[in-house]
Amino acid sequence: MAQLTMVQALNLALAELMRDDPDVLVLGEDVGVDGGVFRVTDGLYQEFGDQRVIDTPLAEAAIVGAAIGLCVRGFRPVCEMQFDGFSFPAFHHIEGHVRRLRNRTRGRFTCPMVVRMPYGGGIRAIEHHSEAPEATYAHLAGLKVVIPSGPRNARALLRTAVLDPDPVIFFEPKASYRAFREEVPDDPETLPIGKGVVARAGRDATIISYGATLRAALEAAEELYDEYHIDAEVLDLLSVAPLDAELIHESVRKTGRVVVAHEAPRHCGVGAEIVARIVEESLLFLEAPVARVTGFDTIIPFFVNEKAYLPDAARIVRATVETLAF
Amino acid sequence: MPRENIPLPCRVESLSVLSADGVLDKDLEPKLPEADLKRLYRTMLASRMLDQRCLMLQRQGRLGTYGPCRGQEATPLGVAYCLREEDWFVPTYRELPAYLWRGWPMEKHLYWWGGSELGSATPDGINDLPLCVPIGTQCQHAMGIAWGCKLRGDNTICACFVGDGGTSQGDFHEAMNFATVYHVPLVMVIQNNHWAISLPRHKQSASQTLAQKALAYGIDGIQVDGNDILAVIAATSEAVEKARTGGGPTVIEAITYRLMMHTTADDPKKYRTAEEVAEWEKRDPLPRFAGYLRQKGILDDDTEAAFKDEINAEIEHAVEIYENTQHDPFDMFRYMYAEMTPELQRQMAELKRHLETPLPAPSPREQAGDVV
Repeated sequence: MAQLTMVQALNLALAELMRDDPDVLVLGEDVGVDGGVFRVTDGLYQEFGDQRVIDTPLAEAAIVGAAIGLCVRGFRPVCEMQFDGFSFPAFHHIEGHVRRLRNRTRGRFTCPMVVRMPYGGGIRAIEHHSEAPEATYAHLAGLKVVIPSGPRNARALLRTAVLDPDPVIFFEPKASYRAFREEVPDDPETLPIGKGVVARAGRDATIISYGATLRAALEAAEELYDEYHIDAEVLDLLSVAPLDAELIHESVRKTGRVVVAHEAPRHCGVGAEIVARIVEESLLFLEAPVARVTGFDTIIPFFVNEKAYLPDAARIVRATVETLAF
Repeated sequence: MPRENIPLPCRVESLSVLSADGVLDKDLEPKLPEADLKRLYRTMLASRMLDQRCLMLQRQGRLGTYGPCRGQEATPLGVAYCLREEDWFVPTYRELPAYLWRGWPMEKHLYWWGGSELGSATPDGINDLPLCVPIGTQCQHAMGIAWGCKLRGDNTICACFVGDGGTSQGDFHEAMNFATVYHVPLVMVIQNNHWAISLPRHKQSASQTLAQKALAYGIDGIQVDGNDILAVIAATSEAVEKARTGGGPTVIEAITYRLMMHTTADDPKKYRTAEEVAEWEKRDPLPRFAGYLRQKGILDDDTEAAFKDEINAEIEHAVEIYENTQHDPFDMFRYMYAEMTPELQRQMAELKRHLETPLPAPSPREQAGDVV
């Protein structure tokens, strides 16, 4: 057991995967000698060499495009987009090819690649470095979209993602990269993609969240319990595609009151899908309208104002209290 | 010296072996076995005949929108000829003769243009990507495949096609950049057919040649007469040999012409003159190749007629398979992931229920005028 940050845990997962399977390659901008701008790939270049840990020219489309070809040749590329906001030059390959290759070739060729990227706001970064585009990717059939919330589940989910026979978009919440440490077991472990977990059990309301916002949700649950005598259950989705609808229904049917919290904008966000699922199958269990605590439908402000944009514990507490008061 | 010329390796050759009027350059003529020449001609003819048949089928409403490749057969066929079976081939969508050469059954072509994914399911044992619609994107995939060939060290190479329009896309340039940085065994063939739907070559790029775009990346570029299969084979075999022996990528610009419409959805009369098309008809690769073979005594009327009979029968057979194939709508769910997700299972059940369980008949209104 070691106490690791998320960055260290992700680094450990990559090293383990590369030791296990020579077909696992890491490619991206500054991932080699520099070890990545957040140091997630630190030391891999030294251990595995420049044929497996590849510093590419600066072209996201070519990184993902090349990875498609490498998949066709039987490799398992792990691509790093240096920041969430820079994934869009590669978007036409992800949309047009990565997610379609299995289907259009009826399984002859597949894309078992992972596209990793630092995700979300909260680290006082400059423009284009604080985006939360998970709904954009989750909307694309053929992809799986994973967002860990802590070091231990990040390491386990990255392992599952790389071993998965289909493409996975892997969002790494920047605000959680070094915010806290967790015990991470010595032996590699996996977590299933498409399954969430109950991060805190409770009876009175369900707070559904993921990524860096999960910490705010857990903090809110403590405050709700201590100050308002509300016992909130907190769900950590871990994957937003596929969505663990079963977990959501189970909790909603128990509590009857729901708050969805994510940092991405509200309109057509993952929260909208969650609410739709609840309405489709658990409507009659609801005691109050579902509340959404999200980023606003604006451009995320430059960092002097990002705190007002990002959901925090206080906003989640308010929404939950109001939901209970309905 | 504050300001002086940097000596750059700037050289673009142009290669032609068999001229439009049938004059052969014997020094440059690739020496191909008679059996290969016969098979090449038969494949070119088969492509031409299947292409023609597809246009008919489209007009009869038996095929979707169709993009013919008439007039461009020599380039894809010549390139495919230079590849080994285990090599990789990444087309755009006008390389029918290459697919036929590499063993794709004709019905695959009909399936794709007929709206079925069966047409993009590469047959087992053939190392080709299916047709690629988003222009230029395939350059990146081919570069990745070639990179994989190098990493695997299995002595295979990759040939990629792109059009003159495709050279304007960033993907083309990024792929060339990566290809040369990683020194991968890639042969990038630009089919310059002069028209990207309605945009002529001179409005596509101000470069004198498209081949010269390679030079900026440190890649050799050569221009060939793309309607001269012998020139295509001569240039491609050099490029393939270079790639296979660790010499890195090559760009070949094949000058050709799209004799027909881009697809059956456009009318070329709107954007180009009949005179221009007539000029290019004279350079048609099929009669040019036939003349060469006849001169060599490899082809005569009897052989040609026999080929046509055989090919017609093959086309009929393929059309029959194509038109008698049942398409299962539930297949749309089956190939999304290695294992179907719970949500897709739910949606598949929803479609099944809709298709198989009729909605109960509406209850009769109690009285006329009840409903406002």
